[in-house]
Amino acid sequence: MTGPGEGTPLLEISGLRVELPHRSAGMVPAVDGVDLHVGRGEVLGVAGESGSGKTMTALATLGLLPHGARTSGSIRLAGRDLLGLPARQLRDVRGKEVAMVAQDPRTALHPMLTVERQLTEHLRHHHGVGRRAARAEAEELLDQVRIPDPGKALARYPHEFSGGMRQRIAIASALAGRPELLIADEPTTALDVTVQAGILRLLDRLRRERGLAVLIITHDLGVLSSLADRLVVMYAGRVVETGTTAEVLTAARHPYTRGLLDALPEGGTATMRPIPGSPPALGAVPAGCPFHPRCAHARESCRQQVPPLLEIGPARESACPVDPYAPVPLQEVR
Amino acid sequence: MSILTATDVEVTYPGAGSPVRAVAGVDLAVEAGEVLGLVGESGCGKSSLARALVGLVSPSAGTVTFAGEPVQALRRRARPRAQRRLQMVFQDPYSSLNPRRRVGAQISDAIRLSGGRTGSDRVGALLERVGLDPAMATRYPHEFSGGQRQRIAVARALAADPSVIVADEPISALDASAQAQVANLLVGLAKEEGVAVVFISHDLAIVRQVADRTAVMYLGTIAEVGPTATLWNDPRHPYTQALIAAVPTPDGSGLLPADLPGDVPDPSAPPPGCRFHPRCPVVQAECPTWEPVLRLQGPGHRAACVLAPDLEAAGVPVGAR
Repeated sequence: MTGPGEGTPLLEISGLRVELPHRSAGMVPAVDGVDLHVGRGEVLGVAGESGSGKTMTALATLGLLPHGARTSGSIRLAGRDLLGLPARQLRDVRGKEVAMVAQDPRTALHPMLTVERQLTEHLRHHHGVGRRAARAEAEELLDQVRIPDPGKALARYPHEFSGGMRQRIAIASALAGRPELLIADEPTTALDVTVQAGILRLLDRLRRERGLAVLIITHDLGVLSSLADRLVVMYAGRVVETGTTAEVLTAARHPYTRGLLDALPEGGTATMRPIPGSPPALGAVPAGCPFHPRCAHARESCRQQVPPLLEIGPARESACPVDPYAPVPLQEVR
Repeated sequence: MSILTATDVEVTYPGAGSPVRAVAGVDLAVEAGEVLGLVGESGCGKSSLARALVGLVSPSAGTVTFAGEPVQALRRRARPRAQRRLQMVFQDPYSSLNPRRRVGAQISDAIRLSGGRTGSDRVGALLERVGLDPAMATRYPHEFSGGQRQRIAVARALAADPSVIVADEPISALDASAQAQVANLLVGLAKEEGVAVVFISHDLAIVRQVADRTAVMYLGTIAEVGPTATLWNDPRHPYTQALIAAVPTPDGSGLLPADLPGDVPDPSAPPPGCRFHPRCPVVQAECPTWEPVLRLQGPGHRAACVLAPDLEAAGVPVGAR
């Protein structure tokens, strides 16, 4: 079987641990032993609530962690370890090989530079494209993210656009450097569904036509369902479930994934069932399985030991030894 | 009698060039105990309409009534006593709460302003009503998560014993499970205490879940309104159909949602005729010349499209209006 993601992965994160300085508790882990990989042309979705370590994993990949953060493990891009790379070389990786779209469009664009400057500098700097050709490519990108009148938009400044349009320009600017890997952190959360649909279709086309690999982080399982090949579900800095998108969404095995799915609106008149409680704060992660205080299936053993990620099928893992949703073996059905 | 009504409401802002008509003639009635969903893309005028409904902006034409009395636009004085039971919850619980005052004190203020008896038991009861521990009254807003803060904002609105809550994108800044908690809380207020809730959101999936009726806005006007299930299963306006098709479903099927090209046009220069015609996938020859009005499609279901013929004119009995 060959397909996207086969062979050497473009991005391979293993044993990633990110510790952040905390007001009173010293260094606290925000990411605690995360493994994941993304192949060329593959879309990997990372799901989870805020505080699950999704964003810190992304920032670590780009070398953009907050000041004072400590990392260990490895992050390999096309075989090269990014964690050991000097700042200057990492800067070349960013923009040229890996680009990021963040949730907040206010901080993604430089307020004092025109859209043209922000969309063409990657091309001119990293790829040696001439001014005229870069401008044409930027115009094309703006058109693809559905900015009306792209020619005129190039001469304008970010503040002249609405929040939704700025986010689309930020997406265009991330794609402008023709990256191999796009890291998108809640890229469409603030956008209207109509615009979101356009962006999802654009990313899908770039993946098919150009082999763009995408690491998309969002709590919106609908977005992940339409775009991602595989899913990684994170909770409190750890991976709790992995598998193909279809497997995870239709036959979730970890109680946290089930909880996320049950919290979704599904039509009809029933109210949504939220997961009780809130995710733990940084530095206040409970002992044992970090999800046990919110879990309806928790047992005594869940309070004692951190459950490892267990293989439950081909390329399918879950970190729940209780496994309350396991398919019942046939002989037991009788 | 409807608790909150809007009649031919227009909201106009002075623009750099021509004035911007953000709301261009909206009729709406909200009943006690119902959740009315208001959906549409950004720039469709739903927030302007919400602000007009609670008197935060003064309509440039038309009237809003609350409990039979016209809603007066808020000035620098306190809200008129008669309108205190008309409350609003905003999108961002980070900016709607005072960061330097304890949450109990902020709820206490709201009780006092509405003429009620203040005291820690009343504050505690309100916190409990929104699913928070009464002991949390002594904490500051930064000690809470986004979902908890939004529940505190709802508790503060509840201090006035409201009969209407207008909630403008109350859950779009929250995490999925916090979204469900706040949405369920608002639905509970409608179902258990008879509060009318106007629930404004760009997230159609949530509105489908919580709203009894849904109104779809496009460029300052209502394109379609009806019982949520009817509107969702049998949308008559092409704009409603496009919005529904654009919602991605978390079913693992890998299907991409359908695209609706283009943007909501500049409200200072709306297209002639039907406002949706430049983006409409089924546009007809007459659409650029003729502005459709809302016509009856079924019980309580109206749509403004030339392709959605009038049941009334056709003489079809449609039951309760």
